[in-house]
Amino acid sequence: MKRDADFDELARYSGEWMRGEGPESDIVISTRIRLARNLADFPFIRRCSDEDRLSIERTVRARMESLTDAHWKSAHYVDLEPLSEIDRQLLVERQLISREIAESDGSRAVAFDATEGYSVMVNEEDHLRIQVMKSGLDIKNTWEQVNRIDDMLEEVILYAFHPRYGYLTACPTNVGTGLRVSVMLHLPALVITEQMDRVFRSMQRINVTVRGLYGEGSQYTGDFYQVSNQVTLGHSEADLLALVGDEVAPRIIEYERKARQALLKNNRDDLHDEVSRAMGILSTARKISSEETMHHLSKIRLGISMGLIEQPDVKVINQLFLQTQSAHLQKLQGRVLGTAERHARRASFLQHHLAGKDDATWN
Amino acid sequence: MKCQFCEKPATFHITELTEPVGPQVMHLCEEHAKGFLNKEASPPMTAIASALAKQLGQSGDVLEELDQKECPVCGISFFEFRNSGRLGCPYDYTHFESDLRPLLVNVHDKTEHVGKKPTRSAGTADSLAKMIGLRREMEEAIEREDYERASEIRDEIKAMEDPIAPPSTPSDTQS
Ligand SMILES: [Zn+2]
Ligand SMILES: [Zn+2]
Repeated sequence: MKRDADFDELARYSGEWMRGEGPESDIVISTRIRLARNLADFPFIRRCSDEDRLSIERTVRARMESLTDAHWKSAHYVDLEPLSEIDRQLLVERQLISREIAESDGSRAVAFDATEGYSVMVNEEDHLRIQVMKSGLDIKNTWEQVNRIDDMLEEVILYAFHPRYGYLTACPTNVGTGLRVSVMLHLPALVITEQMDRVFRSMQRINVTVRGLYGEGSQYTGDFYQVSNQVTLGHSEADLLALVGDEVAPRIIEYERKARQALLKNNRDDLHDEVSRAMGILSTARKISSEETMHHLSKIRLGISMGLIEQPDVKVINQLFLQTQSAHLQKLQGRVLGTAERHARRASFLQHHLAGKDDATWN
Repeated sequence: MKCQFCEKPATFHITELTEPVGPQVMHLCEEHAKGFLNKEASPPMTAIASALAKQLGQSGDVLEELDQKECPVCGISFFEFRNSGRLGCPYDYTHFESDLRPLLVNVHDKTEHVGKKPTRSAGTADSLAKMIGLRREMEEAIEREDYERASEIRDEIKAMEDPIAPPSTPSDTQS
């Protein structure tokens, strides 16, 4: 493992899982699966002394370094404690680490690979949080990879496991499989046609959690929703994966497709107008907030996947979703920016990239 | 409207649907909204809280007794768990087993693990609990500046530690 990472370089590219390809990628942004694991011979984080946290971090690091797997050897291992706030924020924006671990104190670290398909957080809520992300709806490959990493780590790390309760976790809501599978969906048509409530209602009592980022009234919308399994104990990994991947996600995807078709049929001109206006604003604004950016990018993404506009490529939009976030923008600019400055630089960045130019010529 | 976690204006509104609580709306500033959405969805404290509320329905004496119950290994009290929603060590699942069961039923509707198991099991549950206990004793020894005792305990832990497995990982056999 490499003991550091080049954060300036990292900010310049989006991860493989954000490339906007893969099954159902017109609607599904990404699939993410994580496993919660704890070392058997340490207290859980809450009752860890500083010394315990340090020992866990060192033990995990040494044991990860003993692994001979070729892929693993090219992974980065980053100590989060001495990292600057902005670099930690960058890792949060890329979903390689959680905000919780970024903002907590004491010994903690993350191991992740160059294309960022996976990360292992050390000393988050649990000693280990192993996660794999892939573009589109790709439960099978995502699970195979996370399962393989888990098998590999298990060879060198003794997990806390109970014959009756399974993998033991700091919070009883994760006990058992320790598995959370999450699918991130882009559902603008369901939002526009005001059907999200109906979707929410139809998801009740089937053991899934739906979480969405949206606006109310004049607020901006991002139209992104995340569906995850709610329970972890008493159902096999295969059952949990099937629940989200074969049952729930396809159903929501179908609702969204229908809503998009209805929009095309009944409101094509209105929609096209909205998408074009979104392009207009992002291409000409001089100052713009992150939430307004997200709102318009969401509309453009919809316009592209519905064939209303041909430019830009959806890859460019995905990249902009990532790089217009605060830490990315500041890393690309090479210095810390205040809020007003950020809004101005974000507008400039959007204008530049929507005109088809690349990072190298932006300043 | 202010963000629920800080003083900044709430510009994002997040809906979360979790059984049995139903949809809940959270009002957050930009920064907290991003952290929240990037964070995986997990059945929040509400599920734990409602299970614990049932226990609160018990008479005061019974609850007070339960609150004072402590794990002999890590020292966490049930009161501390109730307040934080986080357990202190793996042994808590054994020590507080009957107290946690109603909560597991409430959250998962099940109490028995089905699925993957580790292939390797080194050490018994007792020896592992002992190691966690020793780590706590070592910490206490350091606190009272009894460094001699602390170093004895450290050696004792070292001797019990799981040695790094020999480097015969599956990747070798595959290639
Ligand atoms: Zn806030
Ligand atoms: Zn304990």
